[in-house]
Amino acid sequence: MTRRLAGAALGLATLVLLAVVWELYKWLGPADGWSIGEARVLPRTSDLAMPHTWEILSRLADPLTAAPGAPSLARAVLAAGAFSFGIALLSWLLGVTVGILLALGMQRLRVVESAVLPLVILSQTIPLIALAPLVRGWGSRLYLGPVEWEPWMSVAVIASYLAFFPVAVGALRGLQSPDTIHVELMRSYGAGWWATLLRLRLPASVPHLLPALRLAAANAVVGTVVAEVATGIPGGLGRMILEFANFASSDPAKPWAPLLGAVLLGLVVAGLVALIGLPLSRFRRVEVSA
Amino acid sequence: MTTQTAPQREEHPRGAVAVEVTGATRVFQGSAGTVTALDGVDLTVGAGEFVSLIGPSGCGKSTLLRLIADLDRPSAGTIEVFGRTAEQARLAHDYGIAFQQAGLLPWRTVRANIELPLAMHGTGRAARRERADYLVELVGLAEFADHYPDQLSGGMQQRVAIARAVAEEPSLLLMDEPFGALDEMTRERLQGELVRICAETRAAVVFVTHSIPEAVFLSDRVVVMSARPGRIREVVDIDLTRAARSDEGLREDAAYFAAVTRVREALHHGSPAPAQGVELR
Repeated sequence: MTRRLAGAALGLATLVLLAVVWELYKWLGPADGWSIGEARVLPRTSDLAMPHTWEILSRLADPLTAAPGAPSLARAVLAAGAFSFGIALLSWLLGVTVGILLALGMQRLRVVESAVLPLVILSQTIPLIALAPLVRGWGSRLYLGPVEWEPWMSVAVIASYLAFFPVAVGALRGLQSPDTIHVELMRSYGAGWWATLLRLRLPASVPHLLPALRLAAANAVVGTVVAEVATGIPGGLGRMILEFANFASSDPAKPWAPLLGAVLLGLVVAGLVALIGLPLSRFRRVEVSA
Repeated sequence: MTTQTAPQREEHPRGAVAVEVTGATRVFQGSAGTVTALDGVDLTVGAGEFVSLIGPSGCGKSTLLRLIADLDRPSAGTIEVFGRTAEQARLAHDYGIAFQQAGLLPWRTVRANIELPLAMHGTGRAARRERADYLVELVGLAEFADHYPDQLSGGMQQRVAIARAVAEEPSLLLMDEPFGALDEMTRERLQGELVRICAETRAAVVFVTHSIPEAVFLSDRVVVMSARPGRIREVVDIDLTRAARSDEGLREDAAYFAAVTRVREALHHGSPAPAQGVELR
């Protein structure tokens, strides 16, 4: 317990340190930044480019717009974050399901592994930005009977395209991780593929699967925000980042708010995945050979 | 080359013969050509009989064990276990098996590891628990029943593996150097325990080992094999009167030493250099 508290305190201290570094650079750094030739390698330190950390924070409490009855900026960011969270969660579930199914197929049949694994790796070389309009286009032409294809569903599909990859690779490694001695033991029990999967391969895959799930969560968040930007659908953090960028000169603290929202979203999702690992701790014991 | 029938013994419920190997040959195709690991081996193991396979590295003793366990298939010849094919016997859970490594599942407690074969074959929870309770007692690990394998020493892990192998009261035990990785003290103690367990369960045992004293101490018969190609060179009958003798007494008996000498001579017979890979301790 004390160790966990110490960890939390350390995390908080790092956050404070980051703010201190920000303010120190803003105070000491050249106003026009620092350039090598044309390329600026250090940012400008003006209030427009780098608002004070306390201004970014206090801006959160102020109303979103000057219109009467407008909610506070923090509220608007939280609402957008909740919208993006829903999509990210869905895309994570989608990606994890597809990833595990692919891994099972690849483990079951060597042919499938040889055929699919290169494609899985190839799939990640296609930029998300190129893919997003395509998926959105396909989605709008889908006919699903009473269910209408909503734009946010396209976002979830695009984000899951990033999320499935680490799961497919990690789960495959995990499923293939049991030693020969364990596989032969299962064979000596007359166990078929299913029984071996349940008793041996799935439990053995947990140490490989948990980091993969965490990576998938990070990918789902990034994928969701980027896909929101690329498809321009309203309601989430991605669109908010786009819109608020227009206020860079008139209200310089405002564009930072959705970025903080994205950070918070990432933390929440990472925390949720860490919770999955808690009841699985016994599967992370390592074998000590005689 | 030698086909010996098991010595006459009392009626066994599974019939007189546990394992019948006829003309078993196993050829491995490697990048460096073909290797004949076993060449026309005949062997009969009687029900309730303890048979050790001993020989230099590469004599095919482990291969023979794997053929009986149906973890590998012969290139030629047949293998019968209790009158069925090796595959049928495996699927019918006719044998228990232990390897040189304990091979316990690290996420299962000692008790759950012992229960594994029972759970895989649909034994009820209560019956599993009762059997595991008995077995942890039998191998002297009652107070470690809820520990995980990484909390145990190598010898303790191997005891769990043996308890797991006998969990279903198999009529045949297949053991591939189960004590090979252990220190001498632990080894002798576990040998004593194994003799006791076998007497209790009346299981036939096929036991692969590198150690002559171990083979002599445990066995009714010692099968001496030679390498390249793997063949049976000689079968040595061991007649030690076990009844009412302590293990230490037996190990210091003149008949024991005489048997060790006979096995050693059988191993070295026809080969001027000492056989490699055999421990003479």
